[in-house]
Amino acid sequence: MEPSTHKLIHTFGALADLGQEVANTGDFTEMVRTSLHLLLGTLALRRGAVAECNDQRTLGCVALWGLDDGFLQEFSVSEQEQSELLSIETPALLIKESNASFLQRYHEFLTTEGIELVVPMIVRQELTGFVLLGGKASGEEFSADDFETIRAMVRHIGVGIHTHRLIEQVAQRAEENRRLYEELRAIYRDTVRAFAAAIDIKDKYTQGHSERVGRYSEIIAQEMGWSEDEVEGIQIAGYLHDVGKLVVDRNIINAPYHIDAKSSNELNRHPVAGYEILAPINHPYADIPLMAKYHHERLDGRGYPDGLTDEQIPLGAKIVSLADAFDAMTTDRPYRRRRSFEDVIRDLRQNSGTQFEPKVVVAFARAILQEISGNAKERRIMKMLGKGYLDGERVPLLLADLIAELDGKLQSTAANG
Amino acid sequence: MDISTGATVKSHCVGTTAIVYASDYLNKLTGEKIERECRRQLDSGCRALVIDFSDTQLVNSIGISILLGIIDIAEKSGAQVVFSDVNNQTIQLFDMLGLTRHVALARNEQEALSTLSGFNSTPTVH
Repeated sequence: MEPSTHKLIHTFGALADLGQEVANTGDFTEMVRTSLHLLLGTLALRRGAVAECNDQRTLGCVALWGLDDGFLQEFSVSEQEQSELLSIETPALLIKESNASFLQRYHEFLTTEGIELVVPMIVRQELTGFVLLGGKASGEEFSADDFETIRAMVRHIGVGIHTHRLIEQVAQRAEENRRLYEELRAIYRDTVRAFAAAIDIKDKYTQGHSERVGRYSEIIAQEMGWSEDEVEGIQIAGYLHDVGKLVVDRNIINAPYHIDAKSSNELNRHPVAGYEILAPINHPYADIPLMAKYHHERLDGRGYPDGLTDEQIPLGAKIVSLADAFDAMTTDRPYRRRRSFEDVIRDLRQNSGTQFEPKVVVAFARAILQEISGNAKERRIMKMLGKGYLDGERVPLLLADLIAELDGKLQSTAANG
Repeated sequence: MDISTGATVKSHCVGTTAIVYASDYLNKLTGEKIERECRRQLDSGCRALVIDFSDTQLVNSIGISILLGIIDIAEKSGAQVVFSDVNNQTIQLFDMLGLTRHVALARNEQEALSTLSGFNSTPTVH
């Protein structure tokens, strides 16, 4: 094979490898290092470096080969020097011949280090960096072909660095947006919680009710396998389900005994009032106003405000409804003490399928059972119910029976189509 | 004779000469392993390196750059380098690129060792 053919094949191989390497979006430093190796190996150059523009005026070395540890890690380039480099028509500068002021300034250092050629990397009229190259292992001068090869390869490396920068900027912006979005969501959650506390302050007997309904709803939705976003949404819906009470007369809310029909009608306005308050707000989660509106609906159609039945009621509203009723049963009210947990289980059993959605009751019962049996990561429900409330010996059995019974019913309903 | 295959690069020492075996394709991955092994041998006191290319079919650009690096390190340590059992195609490449100005070539390992012992007089170069 003719030496020139052999050289051409060797150069083509290197260019093909370089093309693959600069397209690699993985490890940037490794990409530059390998690209430098490919360039040095193509012409058998004994040393070289690639410096990347860090900012407007400095260039930092990304890769070095065959140079001492003491080699400069950073170069400075003035605005004038940069313009001068950008205006060079054939950007491969032999240090011994060039009058470029940048090279004049570093002439002594580069010559001492064995650097003979400086090739600026210019992409879209911007100085991306430069490649510094030592002499050929053969001791020969650079030929015109060598310059062409070097320029072609340096252009590839420059584009690789430029592309990497763009990808980095896009990733950085995406990360900033994600952080901003997280911050906004956190602010929204905190605001909603503060709002929930404000709702509960109006009712002196149910302080903390909205917070607890939010948390019970969250636990139920998690148990039902909802996504993280959906769980956050239902938690918010729980916090805000009683927001309509803000427009109900305080005396009705705080009445120490059962209220008359007129007051009851007034109180029953709160789901619709809540919907009207929440609907104009652009919530980051779906259907929050509807969950507030329908949290007093029942599967049998005897609920309010619209008397919806089973499938007409959104699942989220069914969850909030159970969480709301559960908290009402398990906390003291002005006219009664809270009910025993066994009594609560009886209520859930009796009203599943008429008031409560059985699937939701099963999920909640499972979550409680897991906490009692020590299989849950946290004891969130037990903490809200207070020490000793779930201690009864029969409690796990009653819960297991409730789950089995409702599961059986659900399966037979599914089998019957 | 001490033979080691650390990091999949086979090598052994004959006196103060380390013989390091290059793989079938000398590229970035295998080249860096050879470079590390050569550095290790020089750091542990070897005064000469024989790189055996008997299994090597192909050397790419990165391989060339890494070999130049090894030559450089060896020169700085005052150690000699001999390439042995290099196929004709690779010899042409080394010649064309000027590597043969910095290393001696030997037909086989034995000849490489003889070359090194004769370095103080007249080296046998192919």
